[in-house]
Amino acid sequence: MPVLASTVVDLARLQFATTSIYHFLFVPLTLGLGPLVAIMQTLWLRTKDERWLRLTHFFGTLLLINIAIGVATGLVQEFEFGMNWSVYSKFVGNVFGAPLAIEGLAAFFVESTFLGLWIFGWNRLPPRIHLATLWVVVLASWGSGYFILVANSWMQHPVGYKIVNGQAQLTSVWALLSNGFALRAFVHTMLAGLIFGSIVMLGICCWHFLRGHEVDLFRKAALLALIVAVPVTLLQLVVGNRFGAAVTSAQSMKIAASEAQWNTCQPCGFSLFQIGGFTKGDETPSFSITIPRLLSYMATGSFSGQVQGLNELQAQEERQYGRGRNYMPNVEVIYWSMRVMAYMGMLMLFVAALGAWLYWKKKLETARWFQWTAMVAIAFPFIAATAGWILTEMGRQPWIVQGLLLTSQANSPAVSTTWLGISLALFISLYVLLGVVDFVLMRRYAKPTGAPPKPTTEQTPVVTY
Amino acid sequence: MNLEIFWFCVIAFFWAGYFVLEGFDFGVGMLLPFVPRDEGERSVMFESIGPIWDGNEVWLVVAGGATFAAFPAWYGTMFSGFYLALLLILFFLIIRVVSFEWRGKSEDLRWRRVWMWANTVGSLGIAFVFGVGLSNLLHGVPINSSGDYAGGFWNLFTGYTILGGIAFALVFAFHGAIFLTLRTTGDLCERAQSAALRLGLPAVLVGAGYVVWTVSVAVDKNEKSVFPPVLPAAIAIGAFVLAAFFVRARRNGIAFALSALGTLGLVATLFTSLYPRVMVSSPDFANSLTVQGAASAHYTLAVMTVVAAICVPAILLYQGWTYHVFRARVGGESPTAT
Repeated sequence: MPVLASTVVDLARLQFATTSIYHFLFVPLTLGLGPLVAIMQTLWLRTKDERWLRLTHFFGTLLLINIAIGVATGLVQEFEFGMNWSVYSKFVGNVFGAPLAIEGLAAFFVESTFLGLWIFGWNRLPPRIHLATLWVVVLASWGSGYFILVANSWMQHPVGYKIVNGQAQLTSVWALLSNGFALRAFVHTMLAGLIFGSIVMLGICCWHFLRGHEVDLFRKAALLALIVAVPVTLLQLVVGNRFGAAVTSAQSMKIAASEAQWNTCQPCGFSLFQIGGFTKGDETPSFSITIPRLLSYMATGSFSGQVQGLNELQAQEERQYGRGRNYMPNVEVIYWSMRVMAYMGMLMLFVAALGAWLYWKKKLETARWFQWTAMVAIAFPFIAATAGWILTEMGRQPWIVQGLLLTSQANSPAVSTTWLGISLALFISLYVLLGVVDFVLMRRYAKPTGAPPKPTTEQTPVVTY
Repeated sequence: MNLEIFWFCVIAFFWAGYFVLEGFDFGVGMLLPFVPRDEGERSVMFESIGPIWDGNEVWLVVAGGATFAAFPAWYGTMFSGFYLALLLILFFLIIRVVSFEWRGKSEDLRWRRVWMWANTVGSLGIAFVFGVGLSNLLHGVPINSSGDYAGGFWNLFTGYTILGGIAFALVFAFHGAIFLTLRTTGDLCERAQSAALRLGLPAVLVGAGYVVWTVSVAVDKNEKSVFPPVLPAAIAIGAFVLAAFFVRARRNGIAFALSALGTLGLVATLFTSLYPRVMVSSPDFANSLTVQGAASAHYTLAVMTVVAAICVPAILLYQGWTYHVFRARVGGESPTAT
């Protein structure tokens, strides 16, 4: 990796980016598929319509395949803070460690235990109790997400702490748990999860329509997916926008970078697309499409609001934290990750709305062009979420904890480039292998031909060994 | 008792819970290539731990998370210092997690063999490396004056720590074999019984040797006196001896309780020997990390105490309920899978 990354810090960052992005491909899918499968099982119990049971088994299997990888790669995340970022861990442990530990005690324990009950409880638990175990899993997984985002949001917007002997110490757990940044991040992320679940489900249903396989069955699932996807993709645009405003007040530099806004402006236009204008020597794009006043509205809530520019913020942070350091993140990466995320979000709204309209016109099972579109759209939430995390984490640089600790000073002194090289190589090869197997299994269990969903009379576990 | 000591005990409790519970499913994993006669029986073995291994594994997650929150300096130094050892553990954990989910996803025999071996190698590997790693906390590793690990990977392997690894593996294999006799029927149950019989003596000898050596290391390296560590050590030895005896008498329910108690005693010996330090430094003993020095501030510990006081009893209740739901033996007349 000498070309990509040469220092210990670079390697540690590359490793954290790789493993966390990978982890977050599977996690939001399970956050979203979970409630959808639970709704299916609930509908089965309520209506006694066997088709809902078959769909529960079908999508439940897909859910479990992904939970396995989510769990496995989540272990890496917990260990990685201490392994690669020991200075960071010692600095933040008092504050950041608490929500992580609470996540384990209050949420992950529940999730893992009740998941076992759901998988193996089909013929051992009364139907209502068995359904309840799945809802408990869903709630616990959302609770998990909340505590993890509380921890992450503290890195973006530290609250409820004081610095004692070069260590951040918690002063108010309520301030930590009710951090406005965390609450917004939570809503944004859980909506993202529901988008993952519903868009992937819609795509799989369309695959079955395309092959004319079990059309009656998958029409029900498609309707459920659309009922979730349309309002949620729409809501996400609003929530994402509000979240952006929260970021503006906590991390002005991140927003200025995401707009490649070099100088303070009022009112500010929103750049839809631009060529150039991403570096200090080249501040004016050679080509751009801009919507007047939109950035002012998005960042401040008013069409005539002021947005601070990168140069101003740099001068401000130099006064505050010391001269001779670049406090700007990589502007080009941040600008594009913001746009990829937002444009993907809009595209998914468009796909969902189109699907709903076709469903209403009773054309969803026959409109082959849309079925192909929906299948391609399966990739969109993955792209959007990855871009979103790149924006969130790279946009915070050079800080690891905004305003408190620099990334370049947070790594483990005991860890050499050799160790990092070994671990990076191991993780990448292992993750590629897991990814390939996951893809093959997902394809195999989602595809229209082959074994039909499990017969309904026999209540077998979703997983058999 | 102040909160720092309380949280040292809580973390010891999480490790003990992890090894008592996951210990037997590691054992089942290690026996996969040896005890079953065919794929059907292998599936039964997988099913015997299928509903519970995931919940058992969370004990490790909370042990790690609680160390991060309650003892950030311990977490940072241990995880960065034992880097390659933890990397190995992560590798074993990952292949083991997915083996449970993926083995049954195809009828192909080679596919099933691959994931069976992933489970076996993962189980054995995790047990061994944790035995080595935790023994090193007591045996001492080079720590510099700024509290960072200053050794290499091979520093972690000494006679004592390697014995620790072997002891963990053998004790868990024994514990797992007894568990299997309680969860299976017929032929498979018989073969689990003879595995437990055969593992009894080596597990008792190596387990006893390890706890005795642990007490002596505590005296040599950690300025401890023989008492109190000798107390849990004696309980561990007594429990393992009695467990082997009750296996012979075919009283496997009692034997399982005793092998669990023995595992508990083993972890207790280690942590009692370690206190008041969390990581012994050798040769510069003065650089050792202590319970007081590595701990978080009072407020964080107080918050964590409230959370643990609510969650831990609940965890014990619903995990207990899970074990109750899946108390029936698996396999027998109608194998659930092929």
